[in-house]
Amino acid sequence: MAKETFETFSGCKIRLLRGGQGAPLLHLHGALGVSAWTPYMERLSQHFEVIVPDHPGFGASDTPDWLDNVGDLAYFYLDVMKATGLSGVHLSGASLGGWIAAEIAVRDCHALKSLTLTAPAGIHVKGLSKGDIFMWSPEQMTRNLTHDPKLAEAMLAVPVTEQQQMAAMKNRLATAKLAWQPRLYNPHLYKWLHRISVPTLLLWGDHDKIIPAGYGPAFRDLIPGARLEVFANCGHVPHIEYADEWVRKIADFTREVAT
Amino acid sequence: MKFFCFHLMPYAALDPDYDKKYNSAWVTLPNSYYDPKIGHALYNRYLDELEFADACGFDGVCVNEHHQNAYGLMPIPGVMAGALSRRTKNKIAVLGRALPLLNNPLVVAEEFAMLDNITGGRLVAGFVRGIGAEYHSWGANPAESHERFHEAHDLILQAWTKPGPSVFEGKYYHFEYVNCWPRPYQTPHPPIWVPSQGSRETIEWASHPDRKYTYLQTFSPVAVLARYMAMYRETALNYGYTATSEQVGWSVPTYCAETDEIAVREARPHIEFFLNKLLRMPQEMLLPPGYLSLASMQGVVAAKRALSTGNQTIEDVIEKGVFLCGSPATLREKLAKYQSEIGFGYLLPSMQFGTLPAELTHKSIEMFAKEVIPHFRASAAPARASA
Repeated sequence: MAKETFETFSGCKIRLLRGGQGAPLLHLHGALGVSAWTPYMERLSQHFEVIVPDHPGFGASDTPDWLDNVGDLAYFYLDVMKATGLSGVHLSGASLGGWIAAEIAVRDCHALKSLTLTAPAGIHVKGLSKGDIFMWSPEQMTRNLTHDPKLAEAMLAVPVTEQQQMAAMKNRLATAKLAWQPRLYNPHLYKWLHRISVPTLLLWGDHDKIIPAGYGPAFRDLIPGARLEVFANCGHVPHIEYADEWVRKIADFTREVAT
Repeated sequence: MKFFCFHLMPYAALDPDYDKKYNSAWVTLPNSYYDPKIGHALYNRYLDELEFADACGFDGVCVNEHHQNAYGLMPIPGVMAGALSRRTKNKIAVLGRALPLLNNPLVVAEEFAMLDNITGGRLVAGFVRGIGAEYHSWGANPAESHERFHEAHDLILQAWTKPGPSVFEGKYYHFEYVNCWPRPYQTPHPPIWVPSQGSRETIEWASHPDRKYTYLQTFSPVAVLARYMAMYRETALNYGYTATSEQVGWSVPTYCAETDEIAVREARPHIEFFLNKLLRMPQEMLLPPGYLSLASMQGVVAAKRALSTGNQTIEDVIEKGVFLCGSPATLREKLAKYQSEIGFGYLLPSMQFGTLPAELTHKSIEMFAKEVIPHFRASAAPARASA
């Protein structure tokens, strides 16, 4: 199980979940945040010391005055890694968290050992529309998250507490602040993805309704030496839909790059 | 009390069955539903109606701004205000420009200054944040809505009141040469009205002694109106002054006919079209994140309040006081009661709504102007004990 702490960096108090032992793996969550230590985190923690922060503006973390864009979060996490003396970090990010991870890596790869991006936001390909997450109701969002409708049904069957609803509002507001316009990307990021100097793994579901799988090859071609692996019959959240396989791919990849 | 005839200029020819295929008359309703030949006739008819209201004894007419929808066809309200400026004699209120949607709010300083000059100071300037749906239509970030509104307002006021050129240094807008040509006709600037569906933050801002702007409660039950008007007065007292009735107003669809029964019968299909077809939108469209403060939004969720309501009837909205409908005697009686209880100085009746056709609109405007308005001319708003 994970340990929950609250720590302050760059004037912002954030919540961190930590579990497991081994090389550090910093996982950056997506737009929906993390409400708890979930099965994919538990499985990852069998291979790594897993660190999962709530981003500034999200979940149980504070919303700092300085938070305006994803670049602010990238510098924030560089500060966090420096302040905690982290090095040799396997950086992982899903969706919005993948975008933040890419922005960190284009700025400074010194503390990183590898980068894993799961269906990251962050770039735009003309003609390849993303899902309009802000126009969807919470139910539509859940249905559009996964490929298997039975999984969506199961997620919808779990009652939502008022506290979770409040957190969802907060996460939605922070996501809008970061990603409403331009929608889910930084028009300048693509120009600098070549600066990423650590081995990079891209993971994508072939039926992603939020960031279509066509973004996978686009990212792969922009990041030197990046490898793209696609999950068949999978939506936007392979870490939830195929947690075992997702964890195995990351464990194999990080083992491979370590040798 | 002063009376301003409000117009939304809806696309009244909208196919009522559109909602079998689309969930709203906003943002995503294809513009193939719009016929320019019909639009040409509607625009000119609606301008005639406002000119008629101006000639009949209203103190002013109002236009407003909405984008990419069938609810209101005035994306650029200054065009309509300009068209009205030459043939009307009384006030023209643009209620208002949606400031956070604009990349450069100086365009509003210029547009309003032009209108104020053309009309010789008959302009009332309205500032709003726009409807939630417009943040979807325009790609404007709703999370920046409040900050941009305040900054754009400060920029426009600087353009009107500070000798130019001057420097404006904001977070969203930064200009080295703020130098508005023409300057406004009125000194120091046109009166500013702030329409709102009700928010404590807006009232605290509008009633501040530096501003004392007229707060307009739009399309709300009369009980809600009473609550926000009282809040305005109380906030003003906390600031150390007593608000006048000219600082508060009410915007409400209104229909006047020979008897209550005739009024309800004639208005029914048209107000119900307005309520159930033109206002229709899902909550995600109406309330994008940041449009309301997090606290207000969480309040909405906590209360599980249905924002996009089901089908509403004319009886519902008359009962709640969201729609004024009846004979001149009934309207006089209701307005006298509301005004003595609530004490607003401006009434902004929407004399056309939904599909209400030209003849009925004309009849209602004339009857209201002849048999209701004069009743409220004799005295100013009655003095009332402050809360």
